[in-house]
Amino acid sequence: MTEKRVVVTGLATINPLGNDVDTSWEKLIAGESGIGPITQFDASEFTSQIAGEVKDFNAADHIPPKQARRMDRFVQFGVACAKQLMEHSKYEITDENAKRVGVMLGVGLGGLNTIEMFHSKLTSAGPNKISPFWIPMLISNMAPGQVSIFTGAKGPNLVFTSACASGTHAIGHAFEEIKTGRCDAVITGGVESTITPMGVSGFTALKALCSNRNEEPTKASRPFDGERSGFIIGEGAGLLMLESLESAQARGAKIYAEVVGFGSTGDAFHMTAPREDSEGMAQSMINAIEEAGIETGAVDCINAHGTSTSLNDKAETGAMKKVFGDHAYKLRVSANKSQTGHLLGAAGGMEGVFSCLTLDKGIVPGTANYETPDPDCDLNYMGSGSEEYQAEYVLSNNFGFGGTNASVLFKRFNG
Amino acid sequence: MSVEAKVKQIIIEQLGVSEEEVKNEASFVEDLGADSLDLTELIMAMEEEFGVEIDDDDAQKILKVQDAYDYIAKQQ
Repeated sequence: MTEKRVVVTGLATINPLGNDVDTSWEKLIAGESGIGPITQFDASEFTSQIAGEVKDFNAADHIPPKQARRMDRFVQFGVACAKQLMEHSKYEITDENAKRVGVMLGVGLGGLNTIEMFHSKLTSAGPNKISPFWIPMLISNMAPGQVSIFTGAKGPNLVFTSACASGTHAIGHAFEEIKTGRCDAVITGGVESTITPMGVSGFTALKALCSNRNEEPTKASRPFDGERSGFIIGEGAGLLMLESLESAQARGAKIYAEVVGFGSTGDAFHMTAPREDSEGMAQSMINAIEEAGIETGAVDCINAHGTSTSLNDKAETGAMKKVFGDHAYKLRVSANKSQTGHLLGAAGGMEGVFSCLTLDKGIVPGTANYETPDPDCDLNYMGSGSEEYQAEYVLSNNFGFGGTNASVLFKRFNG
Repeated sequence: MSVEAKVKQIIIEQLGVSEEEVKNEASFVEDLGADSLDLTELIMAMEEEFGVEIDDDDAQKILKVQDAYDYIAKQQ
């Protein structure tokens, strides 16, 4: 069986910068920030009081009220974003092609909002007052489940849960599914919504969140900067329509980028810390580049995991040096989380969207708040704003708790 | 608001239907599109609103809108 070429024919996102692709991209390349004080609950007693929240999202604008009420916010993001994606890709799911269209989404945690709400109900009203919808609302695979119900996609229906790497893993596996001919198209990416008291307190306890910049939220996420002090929790969704080249060409679809490689590794090291020798991260990038069959020197841009935590940014920089040698210093490295916060399981989806736009628009977003040099992080992270540059390749990285690493390599589509 | 009006409001909200559809003779399953999970949630919402306990045997007899009005009126 011949392998299929895989292309990206649609993009959609709901994130702290904006609730559609064009708004988000304009704000991203202008260096704007989507991070502000937490409004979804009273965070005044919390050490970290800021987040990258999605603004002005009204589920009823996208989903009939009865169904919307039975969805956690992360599923609402997924369904609303999938509707955007179907419009953007102009892909029509029909009786003939439905079973060849998959839905493969990354979700890091699932319905934390729902768990907290019904646990309160359980303790206040007792076990017989729990809604029959509470379990279907919280389970992470309800995101692809509901997307399938709303779009009619009847192919493989799966969720990938690998913490902060979930979205990138989903895209990588969707790529392989089409490459090997099991699907013609896959709705993929990531969705997440965990800006809740339990979510924020949990990440705070791990000392993973930035807690010293509550007064200047737009300055708080500073990947690779010498004064970085933790990540900012974010939420949202980023979806891509992956399609075989022949399917895309047959319907005359606009092609935003080609997907040419996927790498996925485990650290065998620690629950939450990355390996100091960056072995797993480096091997993930190498696997993606080798699958594409190119030299490392051909890669010119990295859409970094870049979380703004001390450990990740140092280890990821080390990994890039390990993979690229001297060429590492010539790479343009962007960390979108500097402007959106960390969308956790949705990060790989949203950053996959931005990676494709980097190739399609010929503009490379920068890294906001990269101001103070750190000897451990000495590559070209570009600083705030963006640069007009026609990239040929963007390597999108995301790494997660558990020591899980994922990299997807996007290539400029040139026929 | 009368008991009937309150029950009607709960049905509209829980089942996502319009006021005109909630006729006295309307069947929850056949006319208002409810499935078994919808009915469970509807019963729980009425229990909460009126501070009553509706046991499973009684709940299974509430098939039409009028049944719900009658049941709650009797409990009051």
